[in-house]
Formats: sequence, C-alpha cells, structure tokens
Amino acid sequence: MSAASIGKFDVIVVGGGHAGCEAAAAAARMGARTLLLTHRLDTIGAMSCNPAIGGIGKGHLVREVDALDGLMGRAADAAGIHFKLLNRSKGPAVQGPRAQADRSLYRDAIQSLLAETENLVIETGQVDDLRFDAPDCLSGVRCADGLEFGAACVVLTAGTFLRGIVHFGLSASPAGRIGEAPAARLGARLEALALPMGRLKTGTPPRLARNSIDWATLAEDAGDLEPEPFSALTASITNRQVACGITTTTAATHLIITDNLALSAVYGGALAGRGPRYCPSIEDKVVRFKDRLSHQIFLEPEALPGNPGCDLVYPNGISTSLPLSIQRRFVATIPGLERARIVQAGYAVEYDYVDPRALLPTLELKKIKGLFLAGQINGTTGYEEAAAQGIVAGINAARRAGGKDAITIDRGAGYIGVMIDDLTTQGVSEPYRMFTSRAEYRLSLRADNADLRLTGLGMKLGCVAARRSSLFVAAERAVSEAMLRALSDSYDARSLRAAGFSPPADGRRKSLLGLLSGPAVTEEQMQRIAPWFIDLPDRVRRHVETEARYSGYLSRQSREIKQLAMDMAMTLPPDLDYERIGGLSSEMRERLGVARPASFSAAQRVPGVTPSALVALLGHLQQEHRAGASCG
Amino acid sequence: MTGGRTIFALSTGAGRAAIAIMRLSGPECGSILDRLCKGGRPAPRHASLRDLQASELLDRALVLWFPAPRSYTGEDCAELHLHAGPAVVDAVADALVQLGAVPAEAGEFTRRAYAHGRIDLLEAEGIADLIEAETQAQRRQALRQSGGDLSALYDRWAARLRQALAQQEALIDFPDEDLPTEVEAALLREMGALGSDMRVHLRDGEAGERLRSGLVFAIVGSPNVGKSSLLNRLAQRDAAIVSATAGTTRDALEIRCVLGEVPVTLVDTAGLRSTEDLVEAEGVRRARLHAAQADLVLHVIEAGQAGLGRDDRTLVICNKIDQRPAGEGVLGVSALTGDGLPALRNALAERALQLTKGSAGVPLTRARHRAAILEAASHISGAQDATWAELRGEELRLAMRALGRLTGAVHVEDLLDSIFGQFCIGK
Repeated sequence: MSAASIGKFDVIVVGGGHAGCEAAAAAARMGARTLLLTHRLDTIGAMSCNPAIGGIGKGHLVREVDALDGLMGRAADAAGIHFKLLNRSKGPAVQGPRAQADRSLYRDAIQSLLAETENLVIETGQVDDLRFDAPDCLSGVRCADGLEFGAACVVLTAGTFLRGIVHFGLSASPAGRIGEAPAARLGARLEALALPMGRLKTGTPPRLARNSIDWATLAEDAGDLEPEPFSALTASITNRQVACGITTTTAATHLIITDNLALSAVYGGALAGRGPRYCPSIEDKVVRFKDRLSHQIFLEPEALPGNPGCDLVYPNGISTSLPLSIQRRFVATIPGLERARIVQAGYAVEYDYVDPRALLPTLELKKIKGLFLAGQINGTTGYEEAAAQGIVAGINAARRAGGKDAITIDRGAGYIGVMIDDLTTQGVSEPYRMFTSRAEYRLSLRADNADLRLTGLGMKLGCVAARRSSLFVAAERAVSEAMLRALSDSYDARSLRAAGFSPPADGRRKSLLGLLSGPAVTEEQMQRIAPWFIDLPDRVRRHVETEARYSGYLSRQSREIKQLAMDMAMTLPPDLDYERIGGLSSEMRERLGVARPASFSAAQRVPGVTPSALVALLGHLQQEHRAGASCG
Repeated sequence: MTGGRTIFALSTGAGRAAIAIMRLSGPECGSILDRLCKGGRPAPRHASLRDLQASELLDRALVLWFPAPRSYTGEDCAELHLHAGPAVVDAVADALVQLGAVPAEAGEFTRRAYAHGRIDLLEAEGIADLIEAETQAQRRQALRQSGGDLSALYDRWAARLRQALAQQEALIDFPDEDLPTEVEAALLREMGALGSDMRVHLRDGEAGERLRSGLVFAIVGSPNVGKSSLLNRLAQRDAAIVSATAGTTRDALEIRCVLGEVPVTLVDTAGLRSTEDLVEAEGVRRARLHAAQADLVLHVIEAGQAGLGRDDRTLVICNKIDQRPAGEGVLGVSALTGDGLPALRNALAERALQLTKGSAGVPLTRARHRAAILEAASHISGAQDATWAELRGEELRLAMRALGRLTGAVHVEDLLDSIFGQFCIGK
C-alpha cells in the first residue's frame, strides 16, 4: 500500500453531481463506509444546466429515486418555485411532476441532506487515476495531489468532464462546466483500460439578466395552484411560487441564425460529438424545421427574489453554440428580449462517454470488478437520469463491498430498470433521455405508485431509512385495504338502481372496482353506494380509481411482466463463449458477443438478434442446466 | 407457476375428419369441465363419455381430465374429443368462452409446457437455423402467393400505424412542445381510415379463405328423396349407402370434390323428418346444424314438393325427373339416369366460383393473417374509443404488435410466439 494512502473505505464515489450525490448517499444508507470525492465542495448538488427537475418520464424517475429514499425529490421540494403536474388532462400513467427550482436552494438542500447522512465522508480531491492492487483488482483512487484513498468499490460519476471541450462559436477550450477543470487524465486512464468510448455533445442557452427583460409585454405561465410534492416525505410545498414568461422566436431571429450558421460550433464543423434529436439547439430547429415560423421559449427564473442568482433567467428553448456577438443579435429579435442583456453566453460541450454496453445491468463494469459508472459518463442526459443511475450504483457498490450480489431492477418494476436495460443492451447513439414511450409497461409504472413498486424492495435492501419505512408501511396498508374492499364489496341490481346506476344487463352483482372501471361515478352515487370510499385519503382513493380505470390493461401487463421475470431469471454468464453455441450464425455470435446480455430477457432486446439465435441460446441454456443438474 | 388464463385450442387440423380434439390448459380447466359436462369432470386420465351442455346439448364427447402437474403443459389440462364439423366445434368454442376460457395464442400450449419444464425445445444442434429458414420461407411464400401485393399492403398499413402511434406518443411525451394543434384530429381520422381499410379487407378476405379451406355444400331434403344417390352421382362413386328404406343416412356423410376448380365438401345429411329413432334424431339435428353452417344448401325435392327458403344460400333441385317432370324454374335431375346432371354441375361450379371471388383488392389467404388483422382492427377501434391518451397509445401499440406478426417488423417476444405457433417444437 502507498504511504500517501489515507483512510480505508468500502465505497468511494467520484463526483458530486446528481449521480454522485445519490450514489454516495445510497451507499452510506446501506451502511457502507463511504467517501465522496469532488473538485469543489461548494458545487456539490449544483444544477449545471436548466433549473428544473422532473417532467414526463423524468418525473417518474424522480419519484422512483425518492421511493428508494434518494435525495432528489426531497431537494426539489425544498427548492421548487414553480410546480406543474404535466399531462393533467391525460391519465395518471403519463402524468409527470415537474418543478423549476431555485438553484441555491436546491444545492443547499442536497448539501444538508448529505451532511446529515451517517457513514458518509466528503472530501475535496481531483481524482485523476484509479489504483489497482493487481491488474483487474481495483483498490481505490489517486488524486492529482498524490493522495490515495482505498476502497473495495468505486463509483465514477465524471459527468461531462471526461475530456470535455466547451465551444463558444468556433473557439474551443477544454473545460467541464464553466469555470471548472476537465478530467482529462481520468479520460486517458479509462482509455488505457480499453473501454469502448464515444463522443457526445450537449448545449445550453445564454443566461439573461432578469431586469433587462420586458416582462410586461410577455405572456405568463403560472405553476399549479396546489403544488404536488415529489417526495413521499414532503407534507407540503412551502416556498413562494413564481411564474415564468413565454415568448417566441421570430422570422428575424431565424434569418440571423441562418446567415451565421457557419460560425456555429455544430454547423461550422468544429464539433464532432453527437447531440440529441429531441433537445436540439436553436440552430438545429431553424435548419430542420424550415416551415416553422417561430419556436417557443420559456423564460425561467433561476431563483426567488433576494436569493443568489435571482438576477438570472434561463431562456429554455434557445440553446446555441453561435458566437456571443450573434447570440446578442438574435436574442434582440425576440419579443420582450429586445433589450435583454446576456450575462453568460450559451455554449456547447463535447465530452467522452463510455459505451454503456460495457456495463452489467448492475452498472458495474464487466471488465473491472468493483468499478461502477453512473450518470452522463454512460451516455445519458439529464439530472434525473443521472440520479437514478447513481442510486443503483451506490446500492450495488455497497452490496459488492459487503460481499453480496449486486441487484438489478427489471423493466416491469421501474423506469430505472427500463433505462439501465436500454443502456446496457442497446447502447446509445445520442444522449439518452427518458420518455414514457420507452416503457412497455407504462400503465403499471406510474409516478403515483413508485413507492408501492420500489420502497418495499429498498427496505429489503437496507437503503430506506426508518422514517420513510414507517410512512410507507402505513401507506401501503391503507392502499391494499382499500383495494381489497373495493374488490370484495359488491352490490346487487336493486341497490345499484337505488343508488342511481343503470342496473347491469347480466343481473350479476357488481364490485365497487367494477363500477369504477365503467362510466364516471358521481359523488352522489358514491355517497349512496360506498360512503366509506369518499372518506379515503386522496392518494388512496386515486389509486383505487386508477387501478379500476386501467384494470383490463394492467392484467395483461402483469402477465407479461411475469413472463419477463421468468426470462430475466435465466441469466447468461458474462464469460459465455458464444462460439461454442451450436446453431448460431457468425453474425449472431458477434452481436451477442459484443453485447454480452446478462439474461435471456436482455438477449431478446439486443438489436438484430434473430428468433433462431434466441432458440439456439435457449437450447444451450437448457443443456447447461441439465449438465449442471446431473453434476450436482 | 401458472399462465393465469385458461386457454383452449383445436389441436386437430382444419381438414375434414370424424373427430376434432379441443384442448384446454389452465387453472380453470376443472371447474369448466364441471360446468360443461353433464356428470362433472371425469376421473383423472380416464376416457369418459360426457354430454357437453350449454343452453342446449352441444355434443356427446369423449372427455379426458389431466390434473397438474402430470399433463402436457404441466398445468391442469383437459381434452374434448368432439364430433368434427364446424358447427359442433364452434358451439363448443363459444361455450368455453362463456365459461371464461380464452382462445390460445399461437404457440401458447408449447410455451406453457416449456415454462413448466415439461418439454425440451431442442435436442439437436442446428435446428434453430432450420426453424428460421422455415419461418421465413413460409412467411415469404405465404405472402408471395398473392404476388407480393399482400406483403406490400400490410407493410403500408404497418407504416401508417407506426406513424399514428408515433404521433400519439409525441402527444403524450411532449405536451409542452408546441405541437401542431391538428395532430390529434388527424390521428383520429387516420385511425378511422385504417380501421375501415382493414375491415373491408377482412370482408373480401372471406372469399380467399374459403378458396383455401374449401366450400361446404349441404344436401338436405325429406327422407328418401334421393339425396345420397345424388351425392354419389356428383362424386361419381358409391360413397353413401343408398337404400330404398327411408332414413338410411343417419349421420352426415362428407365427400370432397372439385367444382369449378374450387374444392367443395358435399355433406349428405339425414332426411329431415321427425323420428322416434334416437340415433336418427341426432342425425336430423346434425343435418340442421350442417345446413346452417354450409356455404350453400342443396335442397333436394321430388316433383310436386315445395322447395324451402329460396334465398341465395339455397339451391332447389328436383330429383326423379325420370318419373315426373320438374316444376317451372327448378333445376331437374335424375340421379338414377344421370339426366340433368351436367347442368347441375355447371350450376354448382358457378356458385362455387361466385362464393370464392372477392369483391376487389387482395384476398386474405390464411386464417393467421385474418386473425392478426382482426386483432389489429379491434385494437384500432379500441383506440378510437379510448378516453385517455395513454390508453389510445396502448391500443395502438397492441395493434402494431398484432400487425407486426405479419410484416415481420416485430418485437422479439412476438417472433418467439410466432415460431412456437407455426411449428410443433417439442411435441
């Protein structure tokens, strides 16, 4: 061991972004002695891009992180200044909670949650190498100043810092987030480990001075009157709520952008990484959707009046890598922004990511035992996606450090499972962002039932603290008792008629759940037939109503989820020799050999794998099983 | 471990046969037998004769009961050995659905058997490539039969459906993105159009399917009017026992022949009269069933008798014109001398051609196609009726998945089902 080595930990988490914070807190909750290493203590939990948490799909992830007792939901509740439940007009499965947050309140909330976490030590340190006792035997990390820290497991959450390059127009400089150093040496180290790497890009809009915007001329977008918290631990939102402004680009904006495309990092050819299709820069929007006369912009305040950063506004919708002079010109063509002052220019960041197919579905690298990757380093985008990976990596690092098997969350149990399965079996071709359409069990995986899906699992794993456990046990009991009663209480034709329902054609009794699955039941009818139902807590009542509305679909999905669980249980060894499997074409051998799916279920989702290959794989598994059984 | 639902399927082929075996698997098997069979479920693994009853007597069948786990699938299983004949099989299938069973999806029995460890999928290496070759070849072949038109049509539908689904998903996932306001209306219009295209195709498809599986013509008439003799003449062999005693043909008797290049099964039925003879009475009941199910009813009369129901499904034939001339406008034949037979043949051939000619477009040639399109169409109408966006999305996904079984652009899970469905792996 090195003389400079200080302390011995179970788990070291590198990076204090959203993935790192969740990973460190989860590992510590699991009882692992955990060290969080970061460049700067004051940026822990910083929102580096847009000041908002949640959304459709993303809000689902936040609720799932919360269900596992993570930090993000609680911090967003403490920092939210504009809450909105999106898709309110649609059904509960696709409703997503979203909140704009006060940056400093959010960061403070995360930092104080970390500070009160037991088993967690937080240190400043620029990690620039990994330490190995023997090849493939990870034993800790080394910092730029020569200090070394030992641990059985390391979670790397380097974000966009791996050889990050920031582009302002055609000028580029190495950097992570503005004002922070890139982790260039760590990138080289990962390259030396011969991990498959790729390059991605992302961008931000210019930040505007709040008092330079002509708010009076702009449409206002108010949040929900009754903000709905993210976290099961939050009773109510206490922050003052603020409105956003809405404006749009104009023909003049588009003209300036079109005329100056050659100066954009993206269009000028300075930038090689791939950006997302779904969150394009304003240059992309103008070029790709020529027929659109304008594009919407939300002007989001970054903080409550009086708080740090309250003079800044985030214009959501004009991310750009044009030079500052051009940004000034086109911003001035936008109604309400004619005199807007750009405090900080928009820019594009290009960075390395590790092909997530190099990971097991536990987020541990297949090649290096004990090394976990989480967050943007795996090719995702977004705070929520990062946090969701962080919590899984933290749980698994703690389990592995304690000599236990790592766990996975399957696609039928959560969006977290959908995301990690997509990443580790499909890889990414653009920064991966969560949408509800990625989830085939969308009606089952709702933001409103995340705790029912995952908190029990979290308790079993030991990553849920006592307070949440007791709240959950009570909530789950209330829900299941109400469900049971709604299923078993049934009414004959006479009492249905008396309560104002049209009597059932078949003359059979109808359960309350059956009634709720039909045409809307009025309060008056309910009062007559099941007054107890009206007295239920809101959440319990809504749960029963949702289960009733979706019932036909949910039973189909639960059958499919059972099948999935069966296929998931058929695990494939990571060192499976596909050359030895008869009946596989060479193309299939190559595809499966590269993807190395962890289960038969994952193998089914490897792109291009044919049914015949799957049948051959099944046959092989059976032979192995028989051989194993006869030996045993 | 259980598959949840109780499933059933006809496990014998669709061709003409004396017996059809209906197989059931799932947790409700026992209770379904109790309700369906007079006398309840038989002793395990003992073949027992049972009356199958719904609102009326459906059939007297040999019934076998295999409690789990010693069964084909490893679940509770049952077999009903029915008298073959579409009417009986359909009636029993209807009764099973009424009792809570659902038609098995393709390959579901095999899949369950596999899931319960009852069968090995593969014994030999390399079988997989063979299966795929067969799958692909059969799929292509089936589609090529119609000169690629069918394939192109389904691909177009799949593309339209994919687009509709993508629009729906965009409405769900990006409500804040300032989507064109007309998307939803256009989507609903497109679903209406696609659903109606599919239904038109399904109607036309009946012709194609008839061509594939053949037509059924039932010969009915009073006892001793000469139905069996006529059948023998048409089939040109002594298939039916012919005697001068009224009521000789006690059960339906079938002969396959080709009329107008269309395969036709001629069903000779017992004479329609009331009778004390129980066996003959059963024959009469079946004759009525056959007549109800047939594509065409040949009503044989003697000169002077009136022909029943002159609808377009009935052709009245006057036999024994060697004794008395046929009435005005009625096709006259003599089964004894062969007089009038060429004209009868021509008339039957013409009807056979009419029945198998689709109104327009591309005919559906396989029941599998029909089932998939029917399912897709029903999910599309489910999508039109859906109250919430995500339920519309769900219905469109299910429609896409159903259609995907034909176009090949499917989720791997469905492909596996399709493989198990088309090939008897592990049987």
